[in-house]
Amino acid sequence: MHIVVCIKQVPDSAQIRVHPVTNTIMRQGVPTIINPYDLFALEAALELRDQFGGEVTVLTMGPPSAEDSLRKALTFGADRAVLLTDRFFAGADTLATTYALATAIRKISTEFGAPDLVFTGKQTIDGDTAQVGPGIAKRLGLLQLTYVAKISALDLEARTIDAERRSEGGVQLLRTRLPCLVTMLEATNQIRRGAMADALRAARAPIVKWSAQEAGVEDISKCGLRGSPTIVKRVFAPAARSEKAALIEVGEQPAEALIDAIFKRQPALETELAALARGY
Amino acid sequence: MGTAPKTAAPASGRAATKKELPEHFKAYKHVWVFIEQERGQVHPVSWELMGAGRKLADKLKVDLAAVVIGPEGEATQSAAAESFCYGADLVYMVADNLLADYRNESYTKALTDVVNTYKPEILLLGATTLGRDLAGSVATTLLTGLTADCTELDVDTDGSLAATRPTFGGSLLCTIYTLNYRPQMATVRPRVMPMPERVARPVGRIVSHPLGLVEDDIVTKVLSFLPDRDSAKSNLAYADVVVAGGLGLGSPENFQLVRQLATVIGAEYGCSRPLVQKGWVTSDRQIGQTGKTIRPKLYIAAGISGAIQHRVGVEGADLIVAINTDRNAPIFDFAHMGIVTDAIRLLPALTAAFRARLSPHSRDRIAS
Ligand SMILES: Cc1cc2nc3c(=O)[nH]c(=O)nc-3n(C[C@H](O)[C@H](O)[C@H](O)COP(=O)(O)OP(=O)(O)OC[C@H]3O[C@@H](n4cnc5c(N)ncnc54)[C@H](O)[C@@H]3O)c2cc1C
Ligand SMILES: Cc1cc2nc3c(=O)[nH]c(=O)nc-3n(C[C@H](O)[C@H](O)[C@H](O)COP(=O)(O)OP(=O)(O)OC[C@H]3O[C@@H](n4cnc5c(N)ncnc54)[C@H](O)[C@@H]3O)c2cc1C
Repeated sequence: MHIVVCIKQVPDSAQIRVHPVTNTIMRQGVPTIINPYDLFALEAALELRDQFGGEVTVLTMGPPSAEDSLRKALTFGADRAVLLTDRFFAGADTLATTYALATAIRKISTEFGAPDLVFTGKQTIDGDTAQVGPGIAKRLGLLQLTYVAKISALDLEARTIDAERRSEGGVQLLRTRLPCLVTMLEATNQIRRGAMADALRAARAPIVKWSAQEAGVEDISKCGLRGSPTIVKRVFAPAARSEKAALIEVGEQPAEALIDAIFKRQPALETELAALARGY
Repeated sequence: MGTAPKTAAPASGRAATKKELPEHFKAYKHVWVFIEQERGQVHPVSWELMGAGRKLADKLKVDLAAVVIGPEGEATQSAAAESFCYGADLVYMVADNLLADYRNESYTKALTDVVNTYKPEILLLGATTLGRDLAGSVATTLLTGLTADCTELDVDTDGSLAATRPTFGGSLLCTIYTLNYRPQMATVRPRVMPMPERVARPVGRIVSHPLGLVEDDIVTKVLSFLPDRDSAKSNLAYADVVVAGGLGLGSPENFQLVRQLATVIGAEYGCSRPLVQKGWVTSDRQIGQTGKTIRPKLYIAAGISGAIQHRVGVEGADLIVAINTDRNAPIFDFAHMGIVTDAIRLLPALTAAFRARLSPHSRDRIAS
């Protein structure tokens, strides 16, 4: 079995700072990590490989430094890493991203064998659109299972996969055909620690690096900024509110004072809360 | 936009030189909202989007249409009828029993076909698990732009959709345009837009469109559906009163104080993200950028610092009350009312005081 896992290298967003004057993102010195959601996809893929045999290929599109994230993925036990990097990919929105990733997956397919499954994370922590998984599936003509909590069965003979998909009001148990694309839900597994042997291998392993041309991109105008129907017109910090919170004095009876202040500000709340409270 | 080199700087070159909309897109007119229904229930986010869509349509002086997709019968008919009460000028409907369950293949075909036939300029969907699954497939099929999780939708002077969304976990906002492609697609999360008022109106024009599939065309099968247990289902996003706790509470035991207060005032309880990460509270209770957006009449936050990622999920509340030991905590920058004190002591007192105040007994006393 061959599984491709798409991972994205993202800035550790907890540490992102915004320039106070220009409102631009200051990326310098911000450490990068594998998008945390992608680790659930990677672990799910590694578990299936351990169970059914085969190989896991990790794929990322990003700057040359995204190699760090691929090596990290190899330490967890991925078998092969592919870096798609080219200045033509810069500035891609999700449509241009899926064009590039789908093209690379076709190339992976001819070079290393057609994937039975493609995994992505649910979303990233920077762009955060959750659109790349469905986009890749559509471009490759793969069936898609999104928000998957659990892969409950995989039958390589019958070429079927059963999965539990989170929907708004419950869980759908779906059966579909391989090859298919799965976007994995968070907190569904725990990434392994990785074996010492994998860590040693990862440090030296060759990374497959493809430019747009090497990946088989036929139409460069579909890549990067040029291939993106959406454009960011403006980036700005949210407006600060002028009003500060009215602070309640902490006197003898702070709870009563707070409740009085709440009902004074919103008189209708008293009857509404009483009605709500009676419902319990 | 996405990859590292140019995120910070807006796409100045392209943004500055707006190209002419290609001829074949000029026929694209009107604002559409996808009405999400699952198992006979319309998701409230669809009506919220009708409110936002109505404003866009009025500004553009075009029609607002609702797209209703579902099985034949009562539920789908009534979703169409309701759409008029929430401002639709007309309804496009694909009703077929193969659409009883949401499946990506059949819904993508239904929505893509209607778009290609009747050509909207703007198409809005809820950013739910269903809406995101569908929107990503439809936008890729149509090869058009899709802006995710918008918090504001507006029409620019030249008639293009200006879709504003938070990025980097809410620390920044950006406004995104889809200039030379149609339709301009966007998703919005539940509760981000206010619920418009429902006005009883007669059923108007309904345009039916065939699905054009047989069951054998659809590969994916629904083996079963396990609805969430009612007790497990939180109504957090739509609650009128919410009480939430954060790391300042110090322990899972102290979080019980939040739940006790919530019970007494008939509120839903919620929390900040670290409590979910620590396993103190389940993830469906998380409030904020990567959790639920809430719009209650009253929000009480205890031991929550008010990080931007939390803030964006609560700013729609009518009254935000913060309890925090640190008078410089950022939450006091956007709370309406605050008290600088130990929440672990105040919460039980608050619970007792509310109980006394709200009991029927005390109300009789007030009345007499
Ligand atoms: C501020 C900001 C706002 C943006 N808003 C939009 C928008 O509204 N619409 C739009 O079309 N684009 C938008 N983009 C661009 C978008 O972020 C990029 O196209 C990005 O390359 C992929 O989208 P994502 O990060 O949202 O991924 P998601 O769709 O959230 O990612 C889902 C999964 O796809 C996989 N994946 C994503 N990117 C890669 C990659 N480069 N390599 C390998 N696997 C990957 C990962 O497994 C990931 O978990 C925005 C970018 C930024 C920085
Ligand atoms: C990509 C991303 C997405 C995120 N999404 C979310 C999200 O959706 N929701 C979310 O909430 N966070 C989110 N976060 C995390 C967010 O940045 C903050 O880390 C988090 O909100 C902080 O939680 P907190 O306020 O409970 O804890 P802290 O920031 O540690 O604050 C604790 C507060 O309690 C106060 N305190 C301490 N003791 C007491 C006491 N006895 N009584 C009263 N007050 C006391 C302290 O003064 C402090 O202000 C996200 C972060 C990232 C990077």
